[in-house]
Amino acid sequence: MNYGVEAIGRHSVSLISRIGSFFILIGRLIASLREIHRSFGLILEQFYLVGLKSLPVIVVISIFVGAVSAWQAAYQFKFIGAPPRMLGQGVGKAVVMELAPVLSALAFAGRVGAGITAELGTMRVTEQIDALHSMGINPVRYLVLPRVLACLVMMPFLVIFANFVAIMGALVVSIVGVDITYETFLNGFRDSFKVGDFINGLIKAGVFGLVIGVVGCYEGFSTQGGAHGVGRATTTSVVLSMVLILVFNFISAVILFRL
Amino acid sequence: MTTPLIKVEGLRKSFNGQPILDGVDFEIYRGESVVVIGQSGCGKSVLLKHIMRLLEPDEGRVIFDGQDIGKLSGRDLNEVRLRIGMLFQSAALFDSMTVAENVGLCLKEMRRHTHAERNRIVMEKLELVGLTDAASKKPDEISGGMRKRVGLARAIATDPEMLLYDEPTTGLDPITADLINDLIIDLTQKLDVTSIAVTHDMTAAYKVASRIFMLYEGKIEFDGTPDEIRASDKATVQQFITGRAKGPIKVR
Repeated sequence: MNYGVEAIGRHSVSLISRIGSFFILIGRLIASLREIHRSFGLILEQFYLVGLKSLPVIVVISIFVGAVSAWQAAYQFKFIGAPPRMLGQGVGKAVVMELAPVLSALAFAGRVGAGITAELGTMRVTEQIDALHSMGINPVRYLVLPRVLACLVMMPFLVIFANFVAIMGALVVSIVGVDITYETFLNGFRDSFKVGDFINGLIKAGVFGLVIGVVGCYEGFSTQGGAHGVGRATTTSVVLSMVLILVFNFISAVILFRL
Repeated sequence: MTTPLIKVEGLRKSFNGQPILDGVDFEIYRGESVVVIGQSGCGKSVLLKHIMRLLEPDEGRVIFDGQDIGKLSGRDLNEVRLRIGMLFQSAALFDSMTVAENVGLCLKEMRRHTHAERNRIVMEKLELVGLTDAASKKPDEISGGMRKRVGLARAIATDPEMLLYDEPTTGLDPITADLINDLIIDLTQKLDVTSIAVTHDMTAAYKVASRIFMLYEGKIEFDGTPDEIRASDKATVQQFITGRAKGPIKVR
């Protein structure tokens, strides 16, 4: 009984301490914006590493997301006898509002979030972050700010590509597998397309990018122990990012897409 | 009376309820070469990290050249840190950078030197540690001893007044360890710096130190010259310096 109470107390203290240190990191990140001009080179480097290098995996995922969406929609429409142009409408809406931002973010969390945590976690346990402090270099400005900004900016950029590629994937499947002309598909897509939906999808992507960047950096910075600690922090980072993406997806949907 | 360069007062630090430093007090004056000895895990590195304020004490304070570093923040703290160089136990080199970039990173971030000046200083520091040929190599392309020397070159890049060495010879073969010891003595004389090294390598301690502290159970158990420590009649001191498993010090 005592052991159980003690364990609950210990976990509660640990959780409160983690939440506290998370918000301290956020505060330091905001404070480091004053020195953003000193990090332009590092930010551009992260734009390349985080954004452009993620493009191939996002493109591959998006082709299949579009393709399977078209196939499944056509399969459902067959039973209800929906007109062919509805395929472009339905797939277009689903991709732009949900599938491209959410699935790209989940892939991004696996690739970029994990990479950030593993890199910063290794730097933590090998004293490289202490070395930055000892040289009078603010590690939040030097390491966290470039990565978080790159995630925030590049995630919407990747989702623009994901939208385009997924629609192309759906178009190809519609023409080849469902026997719909490309005019029918594109007319349906055009009918349902709203710039507001597209912009809201990009806003969501920015929120997801921010979540992935901040969680990745926080978990990396708070890594303890050796290789085991880095592995544990990386797993926590990816799982937490994925859960938060889905939570923020719901919150964003409620705010951005009013009923 | 001369002011100490470093004054540590009543320093206490615990991790998970386990006291590591339990009231450490000492003063170190300019030009001294202090070696802190003690068992593995007795808090030597923790003490060093408090001096650089990489850790916050539970109690007590560290005063560097009259300034309580616990009360400094932002630019003021960084200015003090730039006056102290530190060689980390694992050298802590940035593996994405070349040796020259590692040594020059601090200078680059200070933005007080032109590119040419920076290169000149980097090559000058690498020459002091005998590594000019390795300037364009990555840390994973050089040996453990070379990495420590690069770490040393990086620590002296800003011409600090004080150098902190965390286990400078740990993990090195005896010949390379002796080379590092010679380098520490050489740099202390050439650069006129005050130094604090933590180690459990007694050969290194006798060679490098003008004064030795022994840390035991979170306190300074002994403070004296190498000759004084050899002559000490304290059982704990004798057990440690002669490396005996039996005695009052419990093996962790």
